Amino acid sequence: MTAAMFLVATVFLACAVEAIEALTIVLAMGTTCGWRSTLYGVAGGLAVLAAVVAALGPTLAVIPFGAVRLVVGGLLLVLGLQWLRKAILRASGFTPLRDEAAIYDRQVHAARTATGSGRWLFVADRYAFTLAFKGVLLEGLEVALIVITLGADEGSIALAMLGAALAVVVVTVTGIAVRAPLARVPENTMKFAVGVMLTSFGIFWGAEGAGVSWPGEDAALLGVLAYVLSVAGIAVGVLRRTRRKHGAPEHTGAG
Amino acid sequence: MRALRSFLAFGYDFLVGDDWTIAAGVMLALALTKALTVTGIPAWWLPPLAVLGMLAFSLGRAIRRSR
Repeated sequence: MTAAMFLVATVFLACAVEAIEALTIVLAMGTTCGWRSTLYGVAGGLAVLAAVVAALGPTLAVIPFGAVRLVVGGLLLVLGLQWLRKAILRASGFTPLRDEAAIYDRQVHAARTATGSGRWLFVADRYAFTLAFKGVLLEGLEVALIVITLGADEGSIALAMLGAALAVVVVTVTGIAVRAPLARVPENTMKFAVGVMLTSFGIFWGAEGAGVSWPGEDAALLGVLAYVLSVAGIAVGVLRRTRRKHGAPEHTGAG
Repeated sequence: MRALRSFLAFGYDFLVGDDWTIAAGVMLALALTKALTVTGIPAWWLPPLAVLGMLAFSLGRAIRRSR
């Protein structure tokens, strides 16, 4: 009985960490880019995950997770740095928010004119869809791997599945609860936070995929997050001083 | 053909975005990290430092362009 409870608790905690990582990306995308495309991405990620788990079953352990982490981490790092760069330029007053919106509108219009449709099948925002899809698929595969490895070690896949299911339910309910308060955060502040989070996950997963062993293992993610937040905060401060020193006009509405 | 062009345009915008140096820098940084770990040298410090460098470089470029 104690061993069974220990197994459920271990799987619960391990899977909760993975589910929180996926939830962070889903919440960030949903709040900043809209929920419809993000939830399509979640559904697509879950569908592919179910197909992969059903097809591979216990042989899931042969998936080269290092390579998957390297690719997903690299993509998150590229996207996170792009978001962070824009958010820093806005927060420091170098880029006006309205001009950015106008440029975005022009790009969307150009894309629609060039391709006949800016949509991707039924997906309105391909960024939100792709990031939510990747986040859910990667973390879901890790949850499945935890269930298979820990469950097989203890000879009870069913109990491991119970721990994983509990973790996913608890994290999902928490995500739904914090969704509304997050929507009240100013747009550029939210984009700044999303840039920090995507960059942090990108550093963490990309490095792991490249074979790095982080000091403190998963807890190192918090250190990376604090580091990226500090770097971005210092960058905003330095750029604000630079703008004042050179007498450049401040663009308001930058958040 | 349209769908393929749309997909390629999206892929380029997704990966390269406003500043191609970010995508190139990330690939270089992860390749260097991999090279160090393969040779047995601890490389956890490299991606965070590379991010600092890439961000400084890219922001500098953006500000120079805005003047």
